[in-house]
Amino acid sequence: MKTEPIICVDKLSRRFGDFTAVDQISFSVERGEIFGFLGANGAGKTTAIRMLTGLLRPSAGEGKVAGFDIYQETESIKKNIGYMSQAFSLYTNLTVWENIEFFAGIYGMQFRDIHQKGKVLVQQLGMENMASSLVADIPMGWRQKLAFSVAIIHQPKLVFLDEPTGGVDPITRRQFWDLIYEATSSGITAFVTTHYMDEVEYFDRVSIMVDGRIAAMDSPSGLKDIYNVRSMDEVFYQVARNQSPLS
Amino acid sequence: MISIRKLYKTYKGAAVPALNGIGFDVRKGEIFGLAGPDGSGKTTLFRILATLLEPDQGMILMQDMDVVREYRKIRKIIGYMPGRFSLYPDLSVSENLRFFATIHGTTPDKNFDIIRPIYESLEPFKHRPAGKLSGGMKQKLALCSALIHQPSVLLLDEPTTGVDPVSRKEFWDILEDLRVTGMTIMVSTPYMDEAARCDRIGLIRHGQIMALDTPHGIIQQFPKPLYSLKAPNIRKILPQIKDHKGVDSCYSFGNSLHITLREGYAPERIFGNHGEMCRTGFQWDQIQPTIEDCFIQLMHTHEN
Repeated sequence: MKTEPIICVDKLSRRFGDFTAVDQISFSVERGEIFGFLGANGAGKTTAIRMLTGLLRPSAGEGKVAGFDIYQETESIKKNIGYMSQAFSLYTNLTVWENIEFFAGIYGMQFRDIHQKGKVLVQQLGMENMASSLVADIPMGWRQKLAFSVAIIHQPKLVFLDEPTGGVDPITRRQFWDLIYEATSSGITAFVTTHYMDEVEYFDRVSIMVDGRIAAMDSPSGLKDIYNVRSMDEVFYQVARNQSPLS
Repeated sequence: MISIRKLYKTYKGAAVPALNGIGFDVRKGEIFGLAGPDGSGKTTLFRILATLLEPDQGMILMQDMDVVREYRKIRKIIGYMPGRFSLYPDLSVSENLRFFATIHGTTPDKNFDIIRPIYESLEPFKHRPAGKLSGGMKQKLALCSALIHQPSVLLLDEPTTGVDPVSRKEFWDILEDLRVTGMTIMVSTPYMDEAARCDRIGLIRHGQIMALDTPHGIIQQFPKPLYSLKAPNIRKILPQIKDHKGVDSCYSFGNSLHITLREGYAPERIFGNHGEMCRTGFQWDQIQPTIEDCFIQLMHTHEN
């Protein structure tokens, strides 16, 4: 039996005045997938993500995210997804524990659950002795683990990772991918953007946006075959260049 | 051109120093790259170079002038592009340019030649507010604003962070064109692949330089053979390989693993047809390290 995709959009569009930022994109993401969402700056990625996360109303098209309608049920979407962006999106002048409480609260968890779940989380991460340290004072690798764990503390089915590894050292970057794999093997779907082309090889499938449209979508090896090149770097270059010779 | 000597800086209330005795020289006319992760001290060093912050200890000479004492003179010869968007979002492209020219006592027309190749792609948007430009355009305008007074030293703090690979490549092409004019360029980046385009690079971590050389020289310093291993479902066997007693380091690089071995171990013995870990579909090769491999190796040896 085929289950319903976790994300399914059809001809999704968004216009700002006479500028079309997202132009009729259609795609679906299966449960448990690591889906890469790539594109040049200004290609429409951020606008698309804002629509998928219930923050921006589409101009046209249809879509469901985590089973909820992107027009009518945006509040339910927000509660059923996790979101983590570049630079780990933690408050560095709050302690580890305060960050856990804050984000769990934002995701709508009850006070009692936060306390329980938070304790388990701190234990699982091995951060008992850091719980009352300011996030500013804990090493990068720990921050990253914490940020990711906090983004999925409410056990969402889908997590959006928007350039999660930007500016991170190469070892921590790889450890982060170990976390993503662990989460997706337990059924979470990861929707990821990155500017590191080597990371694209970790994706199950990749889409590349150019000028508001999805210009290419396949597995990394599929894309390399289609464009007859050896690296994802070259695929990106060809897709971004060929489709928009003016930029 | 720039001599940095034993620079220390600890921010008030911080547990660890941002700069921890860092020192090196930048030669006239070179592109010097500083590659390292967030929090390694790159921005602190740039802010001190740009006379916006004083070090606790140590000194910097730029064209034989002391960066702290002679900051007014230094400000005339440097162009600084901070990591964060530094333009006035409400001013248009041309107004921003005029503003930055005016505070340096010049006009956009006077030094237009130097920015011409970069400004061409901005020209159609010259009346648009800077805050409404795309990421790549903002970056180009910030570069024009840093260049408008024709500085002899250009300081670029992470100009390509968050920028897509195509725009990044174009930006580096621009830097190479600027180098031809004899300008000294110091640039920081978290992307190790970009470091390969510099004349010389320093790998920075915890406020110290781990290694400094030409990209080729850095790669030559890699201490042992590096192997690439490919296999079906490679993520699944990664923990086993990491735990093997003959494996010194093992990190994923896209769809392959990059591995170094401990003394006395040959790859045949572990991955070969009769090896201890042989699996169907294993493919291994000795490979040339990248800058990223070198950075990982240095972190690895510093930590163990």
